[in-house]
Amino acid sequence: MGKVVLVTGVARQLGGRFVRRIQRDPEVDRVIGVDAVPPAHHLGGADFLQADIRQPTIARVLAEHSVDTVVHMDVTGTPLASGGRGSVKETNVIGTMQLLGACQKSPQVKRLVVKSSTNVYGSAPRDPAVFTETTPPKSLPSGGFAKDTVEVEGYVRGFARRRPDVAVCVLRFANILGPTADSPLAEYFSLPVLPTVFGYDPRLQFVHEDDVIEVLRIASHDPARSTLNSGTFNVAGDGVLLLSQCSRRLGRPTVPVLLPAVTWVGSALRTLGATDFSPEQIRLLTHGRVVSTTQMRDTLGYRPKYTTAEAFADFVRGRGPGLLPPQALAGAVDRIAALPVLGGGRTPSHPPTQSAN
Amino acid sequence: MADAKVIPFDDDRSRGAAGKGATRRRGPGGSGRRKGEPAAVREVQPLPVQQAAPVPEPEEPAVPEKPEERGGWDRRIAGGLSFLRRRITGDYDVDEFGYDKELTDQVLMSLLRPIAEKYFRVEVKGVENIPSEGGALIVSNHSGTLPLDGLMLQVAVHDNHPAERHLRLLAADLVFMLPVVNELARKAGHTLACAEDAQRLLEGGELVGVMPEGFKGIGKPFSERYKLQRFGRGGFVSTALRAGTPIVPCSIVGAEEIYPMIGNAKTLARVLGFPYFPITPTFPWLGPLGAVPLPTKWTIQFGEPIATDGYPPEAAEDPMLMFNLTDQVREQIQHTLYKLLVQRRSVFF
Repeated sequence: MGKVVLVTGVARQLGGRFVRRIQRDPEVDRVIGVDAVPPAHHLGGADFLQADIRQPTIARVLAEHSVDTVVHMDVTGTPLASGGRGSVKETNVIGTMQLLGACQKSPQVKRLVVKSSTNVYGSAPRDPAVFTETTPPKSLPSGGFAKDTVEVEGYVRGFARRRPDVAVCVLRFANILGPTADSPLAEYFSLPVLPTVFGYDPRLQFVHEDDVIEVLRIASHDPARSTLNSGTFNVAGDGVLLLSQCSRRLGRPTVPVLLPAVTWVGSALRTLGATDFSPEQIRLLTHGRVVSTTQMRDTLGYRPKYTTAEAFADFVRGRGPGLLPPQALAGAVDRIAALPVLGGGRTPSHPPTQSAN
Repeated sequence: MADAKVIPFDDDRSRGAAGKGATRRRGPGGSGRRKGEPAAVREVQPLPVQQAAPVPEPEEPAVPEKPEERGGWDRRIAGGLSFLRRRITGDYDVDEFGYDKELTDQVLMSLLRPIAEKYFRVEVKGVENIPSEGGALIVSNHSGTLPLDGLMLQVAVHDNHPAERHLRLLAADLVFMLPVVNELARKAGHTLACAEDAQRLLEGGELVGVMPEGFKGIGKPFSERYKLQRFGRGGFVSTALRAGTPIVPCSIVGAEEIYPMIGNAKTLARVLGFPYFPITPTFPWLGPLGAVPLPTKWTIQFGEPIATDGYPPEAAEDPMLMFNLTDQVREQIQHTLYKLLVQRRSVFF
């Protein structure tokens, strides 16, 4: 007997990719994609049901198709097409409550996977440098997507208490990047000039789309031997990039803005429709956030294919070159190195790295 | 000069009349501890190296031979350009704490080194007490109104230790709230003084520096100089116990006098959100000039390491043991401070 997987939020690129991927797994019988709007991309033969998870109809869907695995991916920060922050928040919070209520009523549901975010940790100067799954945040996110995720996780914990027979897996993803990612941070990195907070260089961590899909897949199947896939896990690529490094690798110049003026610049950009500069994103771009992925490696048994730097490099490849492409800058330095005045001629284009040690 | 007036404050205990320090410096006094008096400035650095490793020559390849001088410059330019190339293309690594090793080695350390060597003429003793590898917790006294002692300690450890170890300092949360300061602190390898970060660093085999007196130590009035304050709640001991790393006590003499804090504008401090607002004989009065530290002579002494790996794992939860170990570390630092003060000839030389 195969599994019946229900995936929410399939109208988004990531949801669509996940449906197409899990469809190919032999142990999966049927995949049902659910979203309030029909997806623009194909779902690889999976069934699509247009249903709003904010409505109680979702319970009927679960019962009718005897779903045993629910993958809740409709927890997102950006509105899809039209609709403002209000409808996003409602989908995140009320949608999760409805979905969990439906799961609680359904005796067939055996596994629940929730896509959360490392936003739950907030970011503050008083926080430890590296968050583990058990680190209590020093300052709870006060609003926006971060607060949604905190509330969603709270409801999921309540559900796990009431239905101990259901395996619940909460995956806290770092900033998702990839060729098709539509996260707020990806929008930010698409700006021609990056506004930054003066005097702060946040540490950022990325996770590649491919790794996101793989981790979601591992979590929705039975655990492999000597691993455990229920619980809460941070998911992020290895290593850390500073925002200054990101801008240099991207070739986009930065404009430092004083912290009091940042909110003002943010709302100006939002009015122009350039990007969503929410307060929580400003805090991320001020203090940064790094999570520990030991649990993901040891307990979940997953090793990400992309490091933070590789995920970012893949993202950079997907975008056009910025105003200051790093190759051009490197070329300029090489030309200076080749100047005869500096005894150049002999030095190769990539001089030996004396100072690297 | 205001500087000269400060001298007699402290110095009656060693030899009185320090105003004539310049002549005294040539005198024969103190030959037991200090070799090579005339070149005191230059000699400071090799001294501990001699104690640690018998041959100090390979440590200092500063002067290249004549024929290779041109080649040396070429190499230096090529190195500088490749450094520049890596920086502007973002092709360098930082660790999860934001520590930028390359920037620290090439830029930040080079900026701090002259201050340590030429301005404060830091003399380092007992550097062999710092293990060459593996985690260790250096516990030091804290003083001087501004945390210059931490930065000098970082330079002292890196430049004097045969393994060129990098000290990872634990800093107050205020550091990470201030713009620019937080960025530089993270890049220099500092992190927030909390048990999680300290333990993560120690378990990663890093050398961690902590000043448990915190603001109580750095912001104490000049009249209480070299009197150790309470050592927090002893959290550093339990962190070291959990990680099983030795504790190296460290005493810094000289930092107390760089900004003699004779007053504290508490209201102003509260308005600005700082733990204290120092008033020194020069500071608010002379404007930015008053913020120049006095050129005192520093001594940094590392003491015998205190092993913590002999305790059972539950020892980290034992408050009695915590207090005893904390007191032991504190006593050792205080005792060494007094010893160094007695040996010191003058605040400035």
